[in-house]
Amino acid sequence: MLKLENISVEVGNKKLLHNINLHIKKGTTHILLGPNGSGKSTLLKTIIGMPKFKITTGSIYFNGIDITDKTLDERARMGIGLMFQNPPAVKGVTLEDLCEAIKNKDHKTPTLSYARALNLTNHIDRNVNDGFSGGEVKRSEVMQIKCQEPKLVLLDEPESGVDLDNIELIGKVIHSIIQSHKAKKEGRSGIIVTHVGYILKYLSATEGHIMTNGRLILHGDPKVLFNDIKKHGFMKKGKRL
Amino acid sequence: MKNPSQKNVIERAKTALEKKATYASDIDLSIFNFPEYSEEEQNIEDFPPEIQNIFRATGMEIDEKKRSASFIMVNHSIVYEKINQTFNGQLEIMGISDAIKKYPEILEKYLWKLISPDKDKYTAWAALHECEGYFIRVFKDQKISRPIQSCLLTKDNLAVQNVHNIIVMEEGSSAHIISGCTVHPNVKEGLHLGMTEMYLGEDSNLTFTMIHNWADEFAVRPRTVVDVGKSARFINNYVLTKPAKSIQSYPSILLSGDNSNASSNSIIYGLGDSEIDIGTYIELIGKDSKGEIISRSVAKDNSVVNARGHLHARTNNSFAHLDCRGILMSDDATMYSVPELTATKAPKARLSHEAAIGPIADEEIEYLMSRGLTKDKAISMITNGFLDVKLLELPEQLESYIKKMIEATTEESL
Repeated sequence: MLKLENISVEVGNKKLLHNINLHIKKGTTHILLGPNGSGKSTLLKTIIGMPKFKITTGSIYFNGIDITDKTLDERARMGIGLMFQNPPAVKGVTLEDLCEAIKNKDHKTPTLSYARALNLTNHIDRNVNDGFSGGEVKRSEVMQIKCQEPKLVLLDEPESGVDLDNIELIGKVIHSIIQSHKAKKEGRSGIIVTHVGYILKYLSATEGHIMTNGRLILHGDPKVLFNDIKKHGFMKKGKRL
Repeated sequence: MKNPSQKNVIERAKTALEKKATYASDIDLSIFNFPEYSEEEQNIEDFPPEIQNIFRATGMEIDEKKRSASFIMVNHSIVYEKINQTFNGQLEIMGISDAIKKYPEILEKYLWKLISPDKDKYTAWAALHECEGYFIRVFKDQKISRPIQSCLLTKDNLAVQNVHNIIVMEEGSSAHIISGCTVHPNVKEGLHLGMTEMYLGEDSNLTFTMIHNWADEFAVRPRTVVDVGKSARFINNYVLTKPAKSIQSYPSILLSGDNSNASSNSIIYGLGDSEIDIGTYIELIGKDSKGEIISRSVAKDNSVVNARGHLHARTNNSFAHLDCRGILMSDDATMYSVPELTATKAPKARLSHEAAIGPIADEEIEYLMSRGLTKDKAISMITNGFLDVKLLELPEQLESYIKKMIEATTEESL
């Protein structure tokens, strides 16, 4: 589904990602682990095409199409969706209006039913993320992703700033997006950036990757990698390499 | 109507014929013609469809079902006036000339009593020339549940439309007036002079919504003064979504009664080469009076938008706030935001303002684009949301209509 070949990325004149190679097959869920500032969010934002992140080498392919030069909105319409870690508030645009604008013509599920499922019925006529709590922001993100129905979902620390009840709710809805029977049938995939791994209680990851200093340094079984990091931390892991 | 001004008004006006207005560019009044009174009365539904559409674009309903009364003036001819049967005896609406014939005391009590004829060359010209307009009176304790609609249309190119309106809200009355002003498609250039004097009696409540559509080379110089009595409430709404050559308007709202209050809200779209200079002055005179000015402006193309607001407290315990925000969406547009606060001999008055001009944040545009919206769609959603019609506190149908109008303008201008 997604192939990154030798991707290097700069912001301003600072090189943040170095020669990244990554292959995400259809119907798989990958976790991306690494210390703060290692480049995990940069990688997700590069995949979706945020303009600030300039690709200096390499190519990105999505379902066999070279999307390296595609714009952010083109990539989103092709089926890549990003759940932001810290999305901006958009004054003047209500959550409901945005959800309606995101849905394609064939999307029949009413926005209100998503709002009910995510405890956001009192928020849909409010400006997107404006004055929302940490949990509400994450639920608003998940609701938008539900409306977008991307083939590849990029989740940037879905648990950060969220209490355990909200993690359960968010986890279950994300599961329905990428790992339900229907999602599997459609071959949906996901990349999840996580520090604490709480979300993995609700999602099964097929592959794990460790990133340090803008490089993917290790690939393997996600549970093994995660348990190893829990025991030894990233630096020890780095040294052992 | 022959110039109705009283002798002292005429004398004062004559002294100001060369007096330039404080704000905006000076208009040469000599190039405009005074049109003939040639328009005949006709039913609203008998107007050609394209003219009906022009009326609709100023908030007018052709079938009048959700309106209490209608008034249409073409150049200086009153072509339609009607009160819905349900509201007979609750209000009156007529041309100002007929009103003066019927109630000569208007001259003494209302005409040129709030607006100074020597304020500037435009008021002076208006006081010295023939004029027409509407006289609306809502009788004591009458609550008019449906809006009163009016539309003033300039039909001839290079014509001047000299309007004088008077609104009287008697004690305990309430109403919503939709005051539309517009031009015929043949009009490219012209001038609208609009004098409006409003008198709000004790405990009355008036919402006055202006929806204006002009032509690229059209100039507009309204002069409005509102006197708000004891415990009365006045809401002033101004919506502009089409270009004009030059609009300069700075209505004064005098909160003379104790516990009176006023809100003035404007939604302004600066387009093309428009020069738009719009503000509101609220003077807090009565004890515990309250005022609010909210302005949302977008400046595109080569437009110049000056958004003014002045809160002037003359009494203790008065309270007022001004919120003036703008988005500059073009390298060639200019926006000037001027919030002013004055407290005269009122140490316990509380006045505040916030003013901001800025672009739409890239971060917000990109966020919406990351959901698959095109850049244009993202910008238009944010712009339409910024020009928030809910601020106007309008009936649902009119709110939805103005929202669509703003969306259409955004779409066209992208």
